[in-house]
Amino acid sequence: MSISQYNGSAMIAMTGKGCVGIAADRRLGIRNMTKACDFKKVFQVNDKILVGFSGLATDLQTLEQRLRMRCNMYKLREEREISIEAFGNLVASMQYEKRFGYYFVEPVIAGLKADNSPYLMSSDIIGAQCFKDDFVVAGDTAETLFGMCESVYRPDLGPEELFEVLSQCLLSGVDRDCLAGWGATVYIMTPEGVRETHLKGRMD
Amino acid sequence: METMSRDVAAMSGYGASSAAAGPTMHQWSPYVMNSGTVMAICGKDFAVIAGDTRMSVGYQIQSRNVGKLLKVTDKAVLGTGGHCQADTLNLQKLLRARMVQYEHQNGKTPKTSAVAQLVSQMLYGRRFFPLLTKNIVAGLDEDGVGCVYTFDVVGCLERVRVACDGSAEELIQPVLDNLLERQHQQDKPKPPPLHVDLSREDVVNIVKDAFTSAGERDITTGDHVDIWVIDASGVHQEKFDLKYD
Amino acid sequence: MSTASIAQALNEQRGGFDFELAKRNAALEGAGMKVPRATKTGTTIVGMVYKDGVVLGADTRSTQGPTVADKNCQKIHYIADNIWCCGAGTAADTEFTTALISSKVELHRMATGKQPRLVTALTMLKRLLFRYQGHVGAALILGGVDCNGPALYQVYPHGSTDYLPYVTMGSGSVNAMAIFESEYKDGLTQEEAMKLVHKAVLSGIFNDLGSGSNVDLCVITREGHTLHRGYDQPNPRRFRYPGGFTYTNGTTPTLSSSFTPSRTPAAVVGGAGMEVDA
Repeated sequence: MSISQYNGSAMIAMTGKGCVGIAADRRLGIRNMTKACDFKKVFQVNDKILVGFSGLATDLQTLEQRLRMRCNMYKLREEREISIEAFGNLVASMQYEKRFGYYFVEPVIAGLKADNSPYLMSSDIIGAQCFKDDFVVAGDTAETLFGMCESVYRPDLGPEELFEVLSQCLLSGVDRDCLAGWGATVYIMTPEGVRETHLKGRMD
Repeated sequence: METMSRDVAAMSGYGASSAAAGPTMHQWSPYVMNSGTVMAICGKDFAVIAGDTRMSVGYQIQSRNVGKLLKVTDKAVLGTGGHCQADTLNLQKLLRARMVQYEHQNGKTPKTSAVAQLVSQMLYGRRFFPLLTKNIVAGLDEDGVGCVYTFDVVGCLERVRVACDGSAEELIQPVLDNLLERQHQQDKPKPPPLHVDLSREDVVNIVKDAFTSAGERDITTGDHVDIWVIDASGVHQEKFDLKYD
Repeated sequence: MSTASIAQALNEQRGGFDFELAKRNAALEGAGMKVPRATKTGTTIVGMVYKDGVVLGADTRSTQGPTVADKNCQKIHYIADNIWCCGAGTAADTEFTTALISSKVELHRMATGKQPRLVTALTMLKRLLFRYQGHVGAALILGGVDCNGPALYQVYPHGSTDYLPYVTMGSGSVNAMAIFESEYKDGLTQEEAMKLVHKAVLSGIFNDLGSGSNVDLCVITREGHTLHRGYDQPNPRRFRYPGGFTYTNGTTPTLSSSFTPSRTPAAVVGGAGMEVDA
């Protein structure tokens, strides 16, 4: 078994018109045994940045804590919030720093730039950035999520429509993945704030 | 797909052993993976089966025009994806011969369910040296209702509404679940037990969209798609273009 | 914040590779866990020298196994205004190696006050790659124009280099080289050179499964550079379900929902808005 399948996860981020969203499953498992159905994988850094991590849970939490420390240090030093562009590069360089002993984590970053236009980035386990203007996926079965997004995604969706598309993509995607699912959360970010919604999905 | 190839190899005893420390061991494998995808959906009085026409080995395209579908009877079509092309050709040749035999012995063409049962038997006949083929049989049943049968590599048989097999299986299957089964969609009608509740035109468009999406993300699916619609008047064939890259 | 954690924070910004987790990861691998590998790009990258300059070309597909991870990634990287570099191999290694050398070349330019030379960038690249003995998996094509005229170099992941009039690298290199070998001539014009490089990349895109999508070109002359991002786009999506698949609002069943409004931008002033925790 691959280490990226040890805990199991699935994650999608998408852009809409003046909004972005991340959908993630809530399962924490140890191989085939499910340990928790309320595991947090997506974090809000500030008003403009959402970041999700897919992969090994221990590395996910370590990387999140280190990033939070770096963002807080940035805020204290600069007396301003970190921009999403800088945050994307920070994540990637923190990953590449550990090129020869890496975190088993694939981050997904979604948020709004200074002019409130959407920003979307994903990265592989050692920090190869991939910037998109439609959708990015991460998880132990990225294929099922890619398949859904490729067929269902449309550009310029409003926050409500984006929520439905994200939810459908994630729920149908994880139904074919034994290691992910067991509840899901969707975060939709607009300039006004972030809406967090728990979905009713299959618990098996 | 790599996993499947390995599983099949393990069943036959021809598998490569895991790379343990020690001298490098060279082994010959009877299997080669030529990839590709097939899918089928059945409706009230029709069935649609489709397969891409790319045949590849590794990063190389061997052919852009190798069909994966075989017309078995006027009411049944066999589709083979995720395959070793040599095994596919062998299976198709034997199946054609068995069809002729059946007709000579019984004076009639077999029902689609009989074709599916025969395919299952032929696959299980190779239980300990399996053919590297993932098959779908689509057609009309005795009542003229569309039917789809799926098999695993050693012939485990099941009648379903929709099926997808091969290299882009993981990409396409959730899309079919979502659009045809409509899970997680409140107040949306669920399909009847044996077939989907969409029109023929809708189903063909979903097949085209699913293959186009798969062609965008799966490097071994591409070139063209054969889309065959089976109804009471016979098998209607259509060729649909995918990307060449 | 304690002195120790400030020291740690500074330490984290020191640079260089960190082997903190290397031993743990090796132990996990030794215990039989499969360790996921980084994204490697099946690629077609090419370069060619012509009369007045250099043309670099690349496809835009990045793959993870048989799945396309990115349909339109940029494989032609900036080193300096007169030097560009195509990258194949491990995606992160090509990105970060070229970015690091670009930064060093820029510092060198500022220190010397002269236009950077290709050999400078080349030497920096090969020294870095040789030091890591091929573990930094970047296969590069370095091209540009300096005081010695146009030049093109090929850099292998282990640090060896070649100086050639036309080069190809990546999984589609044989397909592209077939075009160069049959059609390359010395002293082509810019138009002819762009046409030939375009054709070579297309050969990789259509015949190698690891390469695909669009053609990017970069033309570098004594006067400057022009990056043609999406120079040719021969593989657009051809079909969509008429009208697309739509879901009416309220389709997905939900359990609960909460809204966190944005904090006011004036939070810097202090008071209740000034929470440092995330």
